[in-house]
Amino acid sequence: MDITLPILILALPFTMFLILGIGGVKMTRKLAGVLGICANGALLAIAYTVAFTYFFSGNPDFIVDGIRQQVEIFDVTWLAFTERMVVNIGFLLDPISAMMLIVITTISFMVHLYSWGYMEHEPGFQRYYAFLSLFTFSMLGLVVATNIFQMYIFWELVGVSSYLLIGFFYKLPSAVSASKKAFIVTRFADLFMLIGILVLSYFVSQTPADGPLSGASAFNFLMLNSQPTNVLASTLGSTFLGASVLTWAMILIFVGGMGKSAMMPLHIWLPDAMEGPTPVSALIHAATMVVAGVYLVARFFPLYLIVPDSLTFITVVGAITAFYAAVVACCQIDIKRILAFSTISQIAFMMVSLGVARPELHDGLGYMASMFHLFTHAMFKALLFLGAGALIHAVHSNNYTEMGGMRKYMPITHWTFLIGCLAIAGIFPLSGFWSKDEMLSAMYSNNWIWGAWMTMVAGLTAFYMFRMYFRVFWWEENPHYKEHRPHDAPWQMSLPLIFLAIVSVFAGFIPFGEYVTWNREPYHIHIDMQIAVTSVVVAIIAIAFAGWLYMKKNEKPARMKAALPGLWKAANRRFYWDEMYMFVTHKIIFNGICRGIAWFDRHIIDGTMDALASMTQFFSLKIKGMQNGSIQTYVIWYFFGALLLAAITWICLL
Amino acid sequence: MMAGLACCGNSNMKAIRAVMVTGSTVLLAMAIWLVVDFLALRASGDTSEMLYTGSWLWYAPLNIHLAVGVDGISVLMLLLSAIIVFAGTFASWKIDPLPMNFFLWFCLLSTGVFGFFISIDMFTMFMFYEVALIPMYLLIGVWGTGRKEYSAMKLTLMLMGGSAFLMLGLLGIFWHSAPEGGMPTWNILEISHNAAIDPSWQRLLFCFTFVGFGVLGAMFPFHTWSPDGHACAPTAVSMLHAGVLMKLGGYGCFRIAIFLCPQAAQELAWIFIILTGISVVYGAFSACVQTDLKYINAYSSVSHCGMVLFAILMLNTTAMTGGILQMLSHGLMTALFFALIGMIYGRTHTRDIREMGGLMKIMPYLGVCYMIAGFASLGLPGMSGFVAEMTIFFGAFENNDLFHRIFVIAATTSIVITAVYILRVVGKLILGPVKDEHHLKLTDATWWERLSTVTLIACLAGIGFFPNWINETIQHSFAPIISALQNAL
Repeated sequence: MDITLPILILALPFTMFLILGIGGVKMTRKLAGVLGICANGALLAIAYTVAFTYFFSGNPDFIVDGIRQQVEIFDVTWLAFTERMVVNIGFLLDPISAMMLIVITTISFMVHLYSWGYMEHEPGFQRYYAFLSLFTFSMLGLVVATNIFQMYIFWELVGVSSYLLIGFFYKLPSAVSASKKAFIVTRFADLFMLIGILVLSYFVSQTPADGPLSGASAFNFLMLNSQPTNVLASTLGSTFLGASVLTWAMILIFVGGMGKSAMMPLHIWLPDAMEGPTPVSALIHAATMVVAGVYLVARFFPLYLIVPDSLTFITVVGAITAFYAAVVACCQIDIKRILAFSTISQIAFMMVSLGVARPELHDGLGYMASMFHLFTHAMFKALLFLGAGALIHAVHSNNYTEMGGMRKYMPITHWTFLIGCLAIAGIFPLSGFWSKDEMLSAMYSNNWIWGAWMTMVAGLTAFYMFRMYFRVFWWEENPHYKEHRPHDAPWQMSLPLIFLAIVSVFAGFIPFGEYVTWNREPYHIHIDMQIAVTSVVVAIIAIAFAGWLYMKKNEKPARMKAALPGLWKAANRRFYWDEMYMFVTHKIIFNGICRGIAWFDRHIIDGTMDALASMTQFFSLKIKGMQNGSIQTYVIWYFFGALLLAAITWICLL
Repeated sequence: MMAGLACCGNSNMKAIRAVMVTGSTVLLAMAIWLVVDFLALRASGDTSEMLYTGSWLWYAPLNIHLAVGVDGISVLMLLLSAIIVFAGTFASWKIDPLPMNFFLWFCLLSTGVFGFFISIDMFTMFMFYEVALIPMYLLIGVWGTGRKEYSAMKLTLMLMGGSAFLMLGLLGIFWHSAPEGGMPTWNILEISHNAAIDPSWQRLLFCFTFVGFGVLGAMFPFHTWSPDGHACAPTAVSMLHAGVLMKLGGYGCFRIAIFLCPQAAQELAWIFIILTGISVVYGAFSACVQTDLKYINAYSSVSHCGMVLFAILMLNTTAMTGGILQMLSHGLMTALFFALIGMIYGRTHTRDIREMGGLMKIMPYLGVCYMIAGFASLGLPGMSGFVAEMTIFFGAFENNDLFHRIFVIAATTSIVITAVYILRVVGKLILGPVKDEHHLKLTDATWWERLSTVTLIACLAGIGFFPNWINETIQHSFAPIISALQNAL
């Protein structure tokens, strides 16, 4: 493939970032907005061209005997640590990166368009578009990475763009602290990832130079995918604390993914990140950046397969997180936070699905299902967030207590939101049904416990989504609406909603298994009726229950809350994770360690230096008196000194 | 080559600014030309250890020469110094009082720095080192702020204490430099070729020289001059001091301590790995609770410079290259930080972060620059800090014993702690609501301030985006040191 288009995919958003970032101050809002949207539209077209060429052209570069190939479009040296370890920046095209190109550019374009309406009156509109471009650039760079280093580089850049966008309303202290929290928590996770990469890098650099791997490619994904055992041959023997070193390295790398994807216990930043503008939440904290952890595991899947223990670890983390987030989501009143916890829960679904994937179980169905759900989830979750944005835009509040009966005033938002809710609940034939069904099949095939557990979580999902839906769009009308009639958003905002709703309905019919599988061979999706029926029935029961509670204004929710006050409060406060973190970071680390060290430095270390100085001063003051100008004193000292010297000489000579 | 002197001689004139601008621009141009020419010579196949060598006998009885020569590392250091002198000139555009004297001492300081980097004779190197230290006393004592006399005295005395160790170490190396019966020499290259220092002596001399230079490199527990000194120094002096002078320490550590006592370096590196490892984490933790902007950056410098020495002690090409990259990166970044702090202080007349807030609203240009500097400091890809840190960590991980592993992992935690204190400052100072109503009247950066900051940011981003040529230049220059280390095994 010609390299112009792939280069443009990276260069275009970066150039836009520079143009809008440096020149934005001098531009009018309209110019900046139009420029941003046009550039993103062009990017969308280019990315689609590249991805469609990859999937559908049948070009022998891309597909041989039905097996899709991994192709490096370009790969240039950026930094050479040693001859063996070289950091390249390149462009890798394979099924998952091509799929991610589609997801990222689609959602990014929708968000660009939507923001034109949503952010219209905000100061710093130009800066906002600059940051969106920066984010798009970093995310694209991450998914097309040809090696671990490149992934890490863009991984960090994504973190920074997320920081900048969460803290977009920089005058609000809450936004500032949320952005700080997001950055530091993910950075903490990245530390583990870095150590994991360092461990891998050490073993890669130990492979024999005359072996099958030439110098520069030792850390390349192509190599890791095609001959993982060769690359890491030297790790297999060594163990540390009972597990092989490779297991440790892979778990450490996964911890980086846990940070970005908000898995327990590193999930605490994501709900706070909702302080950012809502379109940003849709783009970064629902559809693209937070699935980077899933993408990471998918990318390293051949390595994880060598050490199945690490996959079990991923499954367990995912299963616990999914349940936790779903329970918490049932007890929030801020609609963005409900969606945030729902995102955590859904990403955990994908993690579990990856964790249970094994080549021998339905040809690694879990991998395909996870990627499929990543795709559909990106679409319907972005839709839900943008819908929530439209609600917030109309009501100027995040809390559902301020809403109610909105279906009359905002029909477009209502219908699109309903579609989003049905899709995430997994109702036939919307997209969520297909991907969730595949995931559940994969889980049942591994162990029925995972399947049953996650079916329960799916039921909870349907419940909390419809709890929110009924509470916001049905229930009782807020009396304020008589005076301020909320209305549907302008076309820039409605258009993305409608588009994403259409995708959410039909995306399930994409024969996804033909395109993305773990070994890049086609896989024919078939529906396991038993699982499908069970999950749909569970979802419908949950929806009916939510409707029974919230369709009309009544006392039942309040009574339920009163019946279990402890549970409700604990879940509402997210089981006190934030308080625990606050205690550890603030009380122990900040007040204890940092202040302790600072005190130690000022008083002990510096005190010693000052004490040396004052001791010198003290003694010089003491002996200063000896030089008093009196000849008699000098003579006495001279006499004593001479005697002393004589005595010493005498003793020595004897 | 000797462009450093040109600047000094000229600055006694009336139109001080004109002279300084011309001087520093010429200096920068020459430094760039030197790098280009150096790379061209290397490309044309000149593989000798040092280029542009020259040697003039100065004092025959002790065999002291004025010997000069540069390798890839010293040309980059010269370039760094020239950039910072250039930026520092613009940052102290309105220095008051006695501008002429200020710039005179400033130039003398630069001369010492340039002289140090080009010397390959230990004695002249030491002399230039002292030349760089003395003006610092006056610059802080006269033009400083706060407890300036105390800080100036403390800084000078502590560094002089380091020099005393250093002098002992250098004399020891000199007397043992030649094989039996030969004439002792001060020339670094000759000493290394002779490799005549007895291992038992090497241990002592290594410790002396490493501690001597380590004091200047702010090694724990000899770092306390740095917070006070930096806090009280005027802007341009902080820039030059943190940006360049502290690098003399790191430079000396590998050029003399490790290069000339390789065997002792192999044996005793662990002591200093512990100390510098502590510096890295300790400095970062201390920075988290400071409230004075300059103290934060001084402790951050302790952490980052600790990383330089830590990297050098890993004794392999990759980590040492990372150490040099970290020197460059830290030099530019700290200079930028101190320049910005000076600019903010010049407007708000406070450096206490509790009294300021929301500066982004009032002075967006300076706010953005501060954030960029912060990102460079916490190792954002695309900035030089990331390149340096990654190179250090990957290099350091090549040592596969448990001791190294533990300390490397401890050092990596600094990337999180750095993020904490940087974002804390950014959150309190730059972002958030405006705290003090009086600040609303303040103005944004002037053109000379913009020029100064843009130069530094461009260099930071330049290294961050295209690190490989610098990396290669440094790696080649380490070949003699690495081979000395390997021969010593």
